[in-house]
Amino acid sequence: MSLPMPATLLVISLCGYLIGAVGSLLFMRRERLAAGFAFGAATLSGLSGLLGALFFLAGGAGVAPPQFELFPPLIPYIHFSVRLDALSAFFLMLVSLLGLAISAYSLGYAKGFFGRKNVGVLGAFYNALVLATTLTVVADNIWLFLIAWEIMALTAYCLVSFEHEIVETRKAGVLYFIMSHIDAGCVILGFLLLFQASGDYSFASLHNLGAEMAPGKRDAAFLLFLLGFGIKAGIVPLHIWLPAAHPVAPSNVSAFMSGVLIKTGIYGLTRVCFDFLGAPPLWWGVTLLTVGTISAVLGVLYALMEHDLKRLLAYHSIENIGIILMGLGAALMFLNTGHPVLATFALIAGMYHTINHATFKGLLFLGAGAVLHATHTRNMEEMGGLIKRMPQTAFYFLIGAVAISALPPLNGFVSEWLTYQALLQGFGTTESMMRLIFPLSGALLALTGALAAACFVKAFGITFLAQPRSAHAEHAHEVGPAMRLGMGLLAVVCVVLGLFPTQFVRLLDPLTQQLTGQQISVQLSAANGLVLASLSEKGGTVSTLGITLMAVCLLPVPFGLWLVFSRKTKVRRGPTWDCGQRGLTPRMEYTATGFSKPIRMIFKALFQPRRDVQREYDFSPYFATNIRFESHVEEVFEQRIYRPLRILILRVSRRIRTIQHGSIHFYLLYIFITLLLLLMFAL
Amino acid sequence: MKLDLLAILAQTALLLLLAPLLSGLIKNWKAKLQNRRGAPVWQPYFDLAKFLRKDMVISEHASWIFTATPYVVFLTALLVGLMVPMLTAHAPLDLFGGALAVIGLLALGRFFLALGGLDPASAFGGMGSSREMTLSAIAEPAMMLSIFTLAITAGSTNLSQIVLAGQGPGWKFLDPAHALAFAAMFIVLLAETGRIPVDNPATHLELTMIHEAMLLEYSGRYLAFIEWGASIKQLVLMALLANIFFPVGLAADTTPAAVGLGLLWFVGKLLVLAGVVVVVEFTNAKLRLFRVPDLLSAAFILATLALVSTFLFR
Repeated sequence: MSLPMPATLLVISLCGYLIGAVGSLLFMRRERLAAGFAFGAATLSGLSGLLGALFFLAGGAGVAPPQFELFPPLIPYIHFSVRLDALSAFFLMLVSLLGLAISAYSLGYAKGFFGRKNVGVLGAFYNALVLATTLTVVADNIWLFLIAWEIMALTAYCLVSFEHEIVETRKAGVLYFIMSHIDAGCVILGFLLLFQASGDYSFASLHNLGAEMAPGKRDAAFLLFLLGFGIKAGIVPLHIWLPAAHPVAPSNVSAFMSGVLIKTGIYGLTRVCFDFLGAPPLWWGVTLLTVGTISAVLGVLYALMEHDLKRLLAYHSIENIGIILMGLGAALMFLNTGHPVLATFALIAGMYHTINHATFKGLLFLGAGAVLHATHTRNMEEMGGLIKRMPQTAFYFLIGAVAISALPPLNGFVSEWLTYQALLQGFGTTESMMRLIFPLSGALLALTGALAAACFVKAFGITFLAQPRSAHAEHAHEVGPAMRLGMGLLAVVCVVLGLFPTQFVRLLDPLTQQLTGQQISVQLSAANGLVLASLSEKGGTVSTLGITLMAVCLLPVPFGLWLVFSRKTKVRRGPTWDCGQRGLTPRMEYTATGFSKPIRMIFKALFQPRRDVQREYDFSPYFATNIRFESHVEEVFEQRIYRPLRILILRVSRRIRTIQHGSIHFYLLYIFITLLLLLMFAL
Repeated sequence: MKLDLLAILAQTALLLLLAPLLSGLIKNWKAKLQNRRGAPVWQPYFDLAKFLRKDMVISEHASWIFTATPYVVFLTALLVGLMVPMLTAHAPLDLFGGALAVIGLLALGRFFLALGGLDPASAFGGMGSSREMTLSAIAEPAMMLSIFTLAITAGSTNLSQIVLAGQGPGWKFLDPAHALAFAAMFIVLLAETGRIPVDNPATHLELTMIHEAMLLEYSGRYLAFIEWGASIKQLVLMALLANIFFPVGLAADTTPAAVGLGLLWFVGKLLVLAGVVVVVEFTNAKLRLFRVPDLLSAAFILATLALVSTFLFR
């Protein structure tokens, strides 16, 4: 059987991950070889998958999606069939791109574990995780999808718990394990509902199934999928595993989880809402938009309260998933109200933000990993001055920070611009609900963007600028070439996606053709592709490339001023103004906690900060000998939902425990009774 | 909508030359109201020339971010200025970005300025950065929402299109959406340009500074670029307010007569707006830092009301 080029590359990529995983286990005893083999194979497989996806997407909407079976079915019904349609290809591109960059980075990063941990196991699980994620997005059968989904969850669990000697890591691992199984349960139930209507396990039988289903069942399926994929994506209030699990995993795994793994939730939602269920009721879109808006705002607000660099980034993932869902929700609402072109526009905004978030969040996590590698701490209060010790890492992190803050000219700005435009277009429609809800979501998106900028001034400024706040930070060194290569690659992608949006949008044509039956990349491009237009040139235009070129053209202005006025001036290095004290110490610098204090005060109704101050003094409280200060911000969901729920579950389980005697006779009896009941039910 | 080299050059020159004058004028008028003689209106030009000629002292803790910041602030202010219609209804660079790009570029300048404040390891700089980012986080949605109100009316986020729509027959200043959005934008203007009651541009007490605290370590030509950038930003925001809410007198074509008339109108509107800003500064005291969010949320609520009223009265 001969396969078309993209499919061949996909198969090569899948085999590569498998070989990497097996080889990594075989060479376990020789860690250098194991790491090199595992991550080398993953890098090449990522490259192959990326090329395959790009080949397919560049072919345009006319190309028939390649479809094949991985191996013959072992059991009837269970086909391991794979299909590379446009939606799958888009997500394959995302998985492979991140797989490529993160694996290259891991070649250097794994050295940190030599002699300490079993790198062979890390490499094997990592390859298995990437393999399962790739299979998840290309699966064409419910069985294969669910198997891949479960392997993905399990390998991710093993990787999260990789440093299991730390208590925090074990706890986070268990939380992730529980949440990912609730999510798998919901997804399985959702698929069962679909299967009931279609009677077949192949995805082909599920296309536009929604029209044939009873509205009640369709809504139930939507809610189950929203819950299941929502947990994976980390939407508020189902997100609690995310800020716990992402920080404790090894940083390359964190980058993969935040960049790619949570996107499988977005893939699932897109696949289900646009492909399977079809013709959505209005409230689906409203739900997605609302949930997205809430996730975006709360995600960034909680991120601001963090001074653990990786937790901060994890909360930002929640924010960005929210922004993606805003695009998807708007698209569903437009579909419902009969505006397919606008729906396509909103869908493009969501998909563009999906790949953007993958690149800049992957980049930021890799940067955080490099910092962690060099300073051995995640606590920002112990960092500082790293820009001089790790100049390249700092530069890449800055690119990621500018991109995630949605500042021009990088990619975050482009996709948020598209999202704003999509929301504003909603006003042109006549539905009263949309006319109110869209601009308000837009305003909250503005709040999110501005808070994200504040958060990344903090994250970059406190981590990399000023004086080192601890000996760890003082003695930090730049990381090795492989790690810098991984970060550099993603930084370049951030810049390219930022400067050439009209060219990238063309790659999305097959995807929108598949999901909404429209191709609008021509309408989004003006002035020979230099300018991104909001459907028409009149609706609004932006050109990040033009802005950048114009900025370069304006450089002669400051240069000319220098030439005329300041050619003779000298530059002197001097100490920072210290108010006449004897030199500044790092303890006088602004801290991360101090930086976000005004925001904590303004939003104190939400954060409900607790603080505990104890003074020890000898004779007067004004001359304290020791001050102990503690400040906590606890998530409101943790307090109000999850803690009561946990208590309830424990109480119920304690009741149920009474039927467990430990006597085998009773267990046999239970089995017998169950069998009888089932027989009665079946007859 | 195409690029016109002459218009770009002319508007750049206008921005560079008019911005310091506007700052000087506001300072001078404020002094007059306070019964002082005040510095001449030309003083900012002398200041800038002097800063440019001075040697620089750069903190030994600072990195290249500190050096890049003045250029980023200066260039983003100029770029934003080229996207806002000033004398003619067409902004020279309107093809490259509208309202959203304006807000984004201003945010980029602010992002780097805040980093520049943190870079020299001084607590004052950090304090300024923290406050600036916090307040702008609340001001930005209000600004976005009031521009949305106009964008929705015009059906475009392109500022030239908004102005053209405003020049049409549908424009009424007393339209509630319009008036409310204007009020919101005016509060945002006070916050973004660091005016009383949000920030005091003339303060010498580090603990109350916001914008100035970030600049404490800057000297010489870097200070000149940042100060100049800040005054250009002020001019641009005032032009935005003057031209998109009162789109009268903007030249429809580029004949010298029309542009001259446009300049007259533009200066006239700026003078009125500057007068209002001066009166507000003169009659108010600076708010405590934690009262400022109340003011800014008032702006946000006004903008929301503006939006709701477009929705109700149409």
